[in-house]
Amino acid sequence: MTPLLSLRHISKSFPGVRALTDVSLDVHAGEVHALLGENGAGKSTLMKILCGIYRQDEGEININGEVCNFHGYQDALNAGIGIIFQEFSLIPDLDAVDNIFLGRELRNRFGLRDRRSMIAEAQHLLDRLKVSIPLDRPIADLSVADQQFIEIAKALSLKARILILDEPTATLTPSEADHLFTIMRKLREQQVGMVFISHHMEEIFTICDRVTVMRDGEKVDDCDVVSTTPDDLIEKMVGRRVENLYPEQRSDADYNDVVLDIESLRLDVNGPEHSLKLYRGEILGFAGLVGSGRTELAMGLIGATRPVHAKILMEGKPTKLLHPATALKQGIGLLPESRKIQGLILPFSCRENITLNNLAQFQSALPLIKRRQESSTAADLMKAVRVKAPSPETPVGNLSGGNQQKVVIARWLGHQCKVLIFDEPTRGIDVGAKSEIYALMKELTARGVSIIMISSELPEILGLCDRAAVFYQGQIAAELQGNDLNSQSIMHHATGGLSS
Amino acid sequence: MSQLDSIPGNTHQLLKMRLASWRRTPIFYPLIGFIVVFIAMSTINDNFLTISNQANLVRQTSIIAIIAVGMSLAILTGGIDLSVGPVMALSGTVMAGLMVAGVPPSLAILLGVLVGAGFGAFNGFFVAFAGMPPIIVTLATMGIARGLGLIYTGGYPISGLPPEFAFFGRGSLAGIETPILIMISVYALGFLLLHHTATGRYLYAIGGNEEATRLSGIRVSRYKLLVYTLSGTTAAIAGLILTSRLMSGQPNAGIGFELDAIAAVVLGGAAITGGRGMILGTLVGAMLLGVLNNGLNLMGVSPYLQNVIKGLIILLAIYISRKRTP
Repeated sequence: MTPLLSLRHISKSFPGVRALTDVSLDVHAGEVHALLGENGAGKSTLMKILCGIYRQDEGEININGEVCNFHGYQDALNAGIGIIFQEFSLIPDLDAVDNIFLGRELRNRFGLRDRRSMIAEAQHLLDRLKVSIPLDRPIADLSVADQQFIEIAKALSLKARILILDEPTATLTPSEADHLFTIMRKLREQQVGMVFISHHMEEIFTICDRVTVMRDGEKVDDCDVVSTTPDDLIEKMVGRRVENLYPEQRSDADYNDVVLDIESLRLDVNGPEHSLKLYRGEILGFAGLVGSGRTELAMGLIGATRPVHAKILMEGKPTKLLHPATALKQGIGLLPESRKIQGLILPFSCRENITLNNLAQFQSALPLIKRRQESSTAADLMKAVRVKAPSPETPVGNLSGGNQQKVVIARWLGHQCKVLIFDEPTRGIDVGAKSEIYALMKELTARGVSIIMISSELPEILGLCDRAAVFYQGQIAAELQGNDLNSQSIMHHATGGLSS
Repeated sequence: MSQLDSIPGNTHQLLKMRLASWRRTPIFYPLIGFIVVFIAMSTINDNFLTISNQANLVRQTSIIAIIAVGMSLAILTGGIDLSVGPVMALSGTVMAGLMVAGVPPSLAILLGVLVGAGFGAFNGFFVAFAGMPPIIVTLATMGIARGLGLIYTGGYPISGLPPEFAFFGRGSLAGIETPILIMISVYALGFLLLHHTATGRYLYAIGGNEEATRLSGIRVSRYKLLVYTLSGTTAAIAGLILTSRLMSGQPNAGIGFELDAIAAVVLGGAAITGGRGMILGTLVGAMLLGVLNNGLNLMGVSPYLQNVIKGLIILLAIYISRKRTP
């Protein structure tokens, strides 16, 4: 049977880097094909070639057995390829209908927008996906999942037969992801071929039929999902067996020593009052669904947003955290959720990013920075967190996600921090770098640092945390510890105690 | 033998690497542009290269160049300061008015500069603490400053200044004209601030990613307040030179200076969106504008046509630098 899509012997080089070497990939109609690999393995480059954004140096793209020559994104769209990017390409202020038909609005006989037909057509598309989404509200008001479904509907309206989903579940809650999988199964019945990129192993085994593993720009293997195991795939991805993703379960927590005592913290007038204790050397997880108020509490805690009322004791002393700068002085740091938007200064080098908030230590009597001392400290910190970069002067934008995250960690290592808040520290990071970041967190707790880790990944909470606070609709619904800290009870509380 | 062969190759390689790293600095293309225009002007016109003309050129340019230091800071943080021209005029007229009223020149200068700094701080307050867009804030204060200057003077220039005040615009020290000395000092301080202090690093960081800077514990608002205060201060220093050179306080001075200062900063390789730029680039940009003005004047090009030519050159320069920088 001719595959719907066949990439044959694709190679691609960028100046100084060989990004892809002889990669082949077949996707059949009605197949969900997982593309697996660490960051930098070449998945994105391959997909960009498939979308006509890059052009391959060697090899060819076949669709339905015919050779295709893409000179741009539009060519790929015309050939029936639809792409759901990680960052959506929707216009936030327009509603679903206008977004779906952007640039090719249906017109009535007077040449004006025929909104009624467009609504009918959009409704038909969404019915095909079996989702109900308000059509007349601005996209910005909808959930991330709904936005993604609209993206899919848009791709289908362009008669896409091949759908590329680039980490679609990264920003979805578990139930939203399930909904997405239902839609994908629907599309599979309708003979759409799909390429599915994800770092979540369990999703591959839930939804995918075949899997192609890439490493260092080459195809390592492809096989049926039923004939492989997660461990097997991970081994192929990283080229070695990752023995233990999580460091050994040895707690550094000292439950007689409260570091941070939030007696009461109210973030907005009508909001709930939070209270929470953080002990020395513990890793406290903030579990819950996306949007359950975990990040908001962290931001309020360090004074990035001004709380309505706060009574906080730091090592027994009352303290006012009105600005991240005061938090920093007290030894509390936040590693934000989105590295590129909130964490890094992208035009800066690694050195400049690392020393950003500890420049004072490189000044003498004059307020001038001693550059040599700064460079050597930055280099030491990079070594301590094992950043893989040619030099401290490398622009941080050139690093992979995992290494960028390590740079942000290094920034806080430059301080004698007592409390570090990691907000989704491993989002979009590959398995190898993940386990390194977990190990770093344990190194920190061994030194007596207390950590709050916000994570939407249950295995991470279970594998790493001594204790977990579970959030539901802006409140801490439960604090779990010991035997109570298991996935059933977390999900139970995270969903409002409804499921069990 | 083989070792001998490799040596020229290595030096060549090294040179190539040096050149590549040079090209990545924001100052590379502005400098090339400046050299090209400078050589062009000196071949076209015999009088261009004379010492008196060169001194004249730098002196004329010093005012815009000094204003452009403050403007660099504002643009670097992703902002802008449109009020510099009127603030310069207001500071200058205040100095003149005080001196005519019998205040000693040194005190009058200090107060005049404080007026500029205070006005800058006023801008900074709205930008930093009220969170208003700099372009709107300084557009509004541009009108306010101009109006205040006109009210203060009644619309007429203030003349009759003490003769010793002429030192700042017309005098010289150790054979170098005062405006040039002042300009060099302002640039030296600007250079130290931007490239060798923590404050300078924060200004780049704010322009590069304000939110990340704030979350890492830097008090962004304070630094923004500082930036606009310094911009007002450099405008006032420019006002000092201008008032001294004209020996009168001119309430209508500096019309369009904000645009020349912005042009100097951008021609100097700074990104208008912030986070990228160098203080020496701004100096090169200002001098490039100065060379154009001076050269075109020497050639007898009509001022109307000069505006068109200058505009086209700015467009071309920025087009090239945008194409070349990643």
